[in-house]
Amino acid sequence: MATTHTRAAAKIMMSPAVILLLGWMIVPLAMTIYFSTLSYSLYNPGDTPFVGWGNYQYFVTGPSFWPAMINTLWMVGGVLLITIIGGVLLALLLDQPFFGQGIVRILVIAPFFVMPTVSALVWKNMFMNPVNGLFAYIAKVFGFAPVDFLSEIPLLSIIIIVAWQWLPFATLILLTALQSLDTEQMEAAEMDGAPAVSKFFSIILPHLSRAITVVVLIQTIFLLGIFAEIFVTTNGGPGNATTNLTYLVYLEAIVGQDIGSGSAGGIIAVVLANIVAIFLMRMIGKNLDI
Amino acid sequence: MARAISTRRKWIVTVIAWAIGLAIFFPVLWTILTSFKTEGEAIASPPSFLFFDWTLENYQTVQERSDYLRHFWNSVVLSLGSTLCGLIIAVPAAWSMAFVPGRFTKDILMWMLSTKMLPAVGVLMPIYLLCLNAGLLDTKVALIFVLMMINLPIIVWMLFTYFREIPGDILEAARMDGATMRSEIIHVLVPMAVPGIASTLLLNIILAWNEAFWTLNLTTVNAAPLTQFIASYSSPEGLFYAKLSAASTMAIAPILILGWFSQKQLVRGLTFGAVK
Amino acid sequence: MKLSSLIVGAASVAVLGVAAQAETVTIATVNNGDMIRMQHLADHFTKDHPDIQLEWVTLEENTLRQRVSTDIATDGGQFDVMTIGTYEVPIWAEKGWLVALDDLPDSYDVDDILPAIRGGLSVDGTLYAAPFYGESSMVMYRKDLFEAAGLEMPDAPTWDFIADAARKITDKDKEIYGICLRGKAGWGENMAFISAMANSFGARWFDMDWKAQFDQPEWKEALTFYLDLMNDAGPPGASSNGFNENLALFQSGKCGMWIDATVAASFVTNPDESTVADKVGFALAPDKGLGKRSNWLWAWSLAIPKSSDAQDAAKAFIAWATSKDYLELVASEEGWANVPPGTRTSLYENEKYLEAAPFAKMTLESIKAADPNHPAVEDVPYVGVQFVAIPEFQGIGTAVGQQFSAALAGTTSADAALANAQSLTERQMRRAGYPK
Repeated sequence: MATTHTRAAAKIMMSPAVILLLGWMIVPLAMTIYFSTLSYSLYNPGDTPFVGWGNYQYFVTGPSFWPAMINTLWMVGGVLLITIIGGVLLALLLDQPFFGQGIVRILVIAPFFVMPTVSALVWKNMFMNPVNGLFAYIAKVFGFAPVDFLSEIPLLSIIIIVAWQWLPFATLILLTALQSLDTEQMEAAEMDGAPAVSKFFSIILPHLSRAITVVVLIQTIFLLGIFAEIFVTTNGGPGNATTNLTYLVYLEAIVGQDIGSGSAGGIIAVVLANIVAIFLMRMIGKNLDI
Repeated sequence: MARAISTRRKWIVTVIAWAIGLAIFFPVLWTILTSFKTEGEAIASPPSFLFFDWTLENYQTVQERSDYLRHFWNSVVLSLGSTLCGLIIAVPAAWSMAFVPGRFTKDILMWMLSTKMLPAVGVLMPIYLLCLNAGLLDTKVALIFVLMMINLPIIVWMLFTYFREIPGDILEAARMDGATMRSEIIHVLVPMAVPGIASTLLLNIILAWNEAFWTLNLTTVNAAPLTQFIASYSSPEGLFYAKLSAASTMAIAPILILGWFSQKQLVRGLTFGAVK
Repeated sequence: MKLSSLIVGAASVAVLGVAAQAETVTIATVNNGDMIRMQHLADHFTKDHPDIQLEWVTLEENTLRQRVSTDIATDGGQFDVMTIGTYEVPIWAEKGWLVALDDLPDSYDVDDILPAIRGGLSVDGTLYAAPFYGESSMVMYRKDLFEAAGLEMPDAPTWDFIADAARKITDKDKEIYGICLRGKAGWGENMAFISAMANSFGARWFDMDWKAQFDQPEWKEALTFYLDLMNDAGPPGASSNGFNENLALFQSGKCGMWIDATVAASFVTNPDESTVADKVGFALAPDKGLGKRSNWLWAWSLAIPKSSDAQDAAKAFIAWATSKDYLELVASEEGWANVPPGTRTSLYENEKYLEAAPFAKMTLESIKAADPNHPAVEDVPYVGVQFVAIPEFQGIGTAVGQQFSAALAGTTSADAALANAQSLTERQMRRAGYPK
C-alpha cells in the first residue's frame, strides 16, 4: 500500500503542475485585482491613482452589464441544450448498424477541428448573409423572404454557430457511452416488449447521465468565454443583443482602453465563472466518482 | 442471441445517417468547394455545386499575400511544443494522483479545472505586460508556455482518468515479483498508458492549433501561427468569398487531416475515460 | 595562404557588415486593397535597400487598431511602422508617442501633400504621420438605374433628392436596393457615416461645454431620416454592413447608390472586380441646405512609434511608400486608376491620372469640402469631422454605434436609441472628467 515514501514521491511528482498552475492563477489574478482598483487608462499609462471600488461600481452600473450577464447564460444554456439533445439523438442514430458508419462519423466530427474564427467567418458570409448567403438563396427558392440572421435573431445565430462547433464533441462522448451499454439489459427489455420510448428513458438516459455530465462540464468551461464568434460576426450587437461578459470586458479594456474598469469586469467574470464552477463540481461530485 | 435486423431498416438508417452527416459537414465542404471558384462564381445565384471552372487562383493569391508556410510552421511548433511540455509536467502529476490518491486529490483536480475558467480577456493585460517586461512578446517560448498553461488542466484531467483505469493490482503484482520501480514503469505502466497519452496528445494539439485569443494578441511576426494568417482575411475589401474560402481551407486542412487519420485515438481521448 | 586568409577576412567583414546593417522593419497594416498592393510592390524598395528587411503584419481594421494601440501605450516596440488614421495621429503625437517626420528629404516634397490632409496629421505644424491615401466620402450611383427611372443626379445633391431617388430606384423583387449605407456598429463604421450626416443636419456631438447633444432635435431628425431611408430603400441586413460589405453589394450590382469613402471609386470602376464598372457616376455628399455637406475626412497614414528600434529604416520606408515615385510605380505596374488617391496635389494636376480616374475631380472636391476644425454648423470644442479627437471617443463612439445599429435592426426605437446614446455618452464623459 501507499507508504510514506511513495506519498512523498507522489507529492514531488505533482508539485510542478500544481506550482505552475498556482502561479498561472495567482500572478495574473493579483495583477488584475490590483489594476481593478486603479484609474488606469492606456491613454494615460503614467498616471494611475487608486480609486478603490470605483471601477466595480462603474462596470456594474453600466447599461450593458445585466444584458451581458443574461446573454452569457443564454449562450451557455442554449448551446448546451442544442448539443446535448442533438448529441443524444445523433449518438442513438450512429449507434445503429448502417452502411458507411466510419465515413459518416468522420463527417460528423469535422466541425470540431475548424478554428472558431474560420467557422464564424464562413457562417457569417457564406450562409447567414441575407443577400449572398446560401440560406437566403434557399429561402428565395421556396418563396420566403430571406431571414437576416445576424440582425433579426443575433443571439440565436451565435448559438447556432457555436452549437455546430460543439455538437461533434457531445455526440462522440455520448456515442462512446452508448456503445458501452450492457446489451443483455437491452435485450431483456426488448424481450419484455418495452416500447422504444420507455426503453430510452428507463435504461439509456440513466446510463448516459455520466457522459452528459462530462459534456456539460467541459463545454461550460469553454462556452463561458465565447469571444471569437462574437468578434467576427456581430461585434456584440445590434445594441447589446450579443454582448456577453467576455465581450463586454473586451469592449471596456481593449476598445475603450480602460484597464481599470476592464479589470474590474474581468474579476466579476472570474467570480461568475467560479459560481458556475461550484455548481458544476457539486453535480460532478454526485455523478462522477473520482 | 444476436438481434435480427432487417435489411430494410438498415437501409433507412443509412439514408438518414448519411443525410445528417452530410448536413453537418456541409459548411466545411462548401468552404472547400468555394475555394476553387472565381469570386464571381462564389456569389452566383443559383450557386453552382460541382459544375464550375475549377481554379487554383485563390490559393495563388493567398500565398502571394501571406507566407502560408511560415504561419503553418509556427502553428506546428506551438501546438506540438505546448502539448509536449504539458505532457512532461502532467504525466507525473496525473500518475501520482491516480495511484497515490490523497485526501485532497479530488479537490486539487477540480481546482485545476476551475483555473481554466479564468476569462482570457480579463487577464490579457497582465500577461501582456509580463511578456513585454520579460522581452518575450512575439516569441514562441512565451506562446508555448501560455498555451501549455491554458491546456494543462485538461491534460492532467484526461491522463488522470486514463491512469485510473489501470488496475493497481497489476502494479502490486509487478512489485511482488521484485520488479524495480523503473522496470515497473517501463514494462507494465507504459504499454497500458500509451493509448491514453496518445489521445491526450491529439486533443491538445487540436485545442492549441485553434486557440485564437492569445496567439493573436501576443504575436506579430516571428511566432504568428495560422490564426493570425486567417485574421487578415476577416473582412477585406470587395468580393472575397473565394479568397476567404481558400485561406480557411489552408488553415483548417492540416488539422482536419490529422484529426481524420487519428480518429480512433481521438474518440477515446474525447471520452475522458470517464464514460464507461 | 595569403590569398585564402584574405578571402576569409573579406568574407567575414562582409558577413559582419550585413549582420550589423540588416535591419528588420515590422509594418502593421490594414487588409485593404491599396495596402496589399503596397505589400506586393515592396520588393522594389528592398531592392534599393538591401540592408532593410520588411516584415508585414496585415490585420483586419479592428484587430489592427487594438494591437497597435496596446503596443504604443505600453511601449511594446513590436512595430516599426504603424498604419493609423487621422483620429489617432493628433492624440498620440500630443502624448509624445510618435516620431516627428520633420526631416524627410527634399525630394519628398512635403508641401505637395494636400493641405487638409496634412493639417490633420500635424500637431503644431509638425508632421507626425505620412498619408498613404486620403479619403473623403461621396455619392456613388448607378447611371443606368437613374436613367431608367428618369432621374438626373446633380453634382451637389440634397438629402431630400437622394431619399426620393433611392425610393424610386428600389426594386426589391429584382434585388435592387436604392441606397446602401453603413449600419455595422463601430466608431469607424456606422458612426463615421452617421456623424458626418448629422453634421449636415445641424447636429453635433458636444456643445462648447462638452455636453452630449443626442437629446437635441437635430439628432432626432438626422437619425429618423437615416432609419426611414434605410428601411424603405436599403438592403436587408444593413445593420451588419460596413464598408466592405457594401462594396461587395455595390460591385455585384445590388445598390442604386452608395455614400461612402472616395477610395471605393477605384474599386467600383475596376472591371476586374466590379460587374457595374462602366455604369458608375459620382456626386458630392448630400447636404440639407445648412452649409455643411455630409462628407468626412480620413487618411490612412504611416507613422513610427517612439519605441521602434529601427527608426531610420522605418523613415526610409515611409518616405518611399508615400512618395511621388510610389505613385508612378503603381501607375506603371497597375495603371493610373489604381494609385492611392487623396494625398498629393500633383496627382490631381497629372493629366494621365485625371484621364484614367473619372472620379478624381469629385474626390478632390470632397476632400477640400471637409473641414475638421469646423465640422458642424454650430461651434464645437473638438476637432474631427466624423469623429471627436479625444481618446475616449473610441469607446463612446462604438457604444453609440451599437445603439444606432440596434435601431436600424429594429430591435429598439429611434427615441430609445438616442436616449441611450445620450446617457451612456454623459456617463463616460463624466468618468473621463469632462469638461476639462
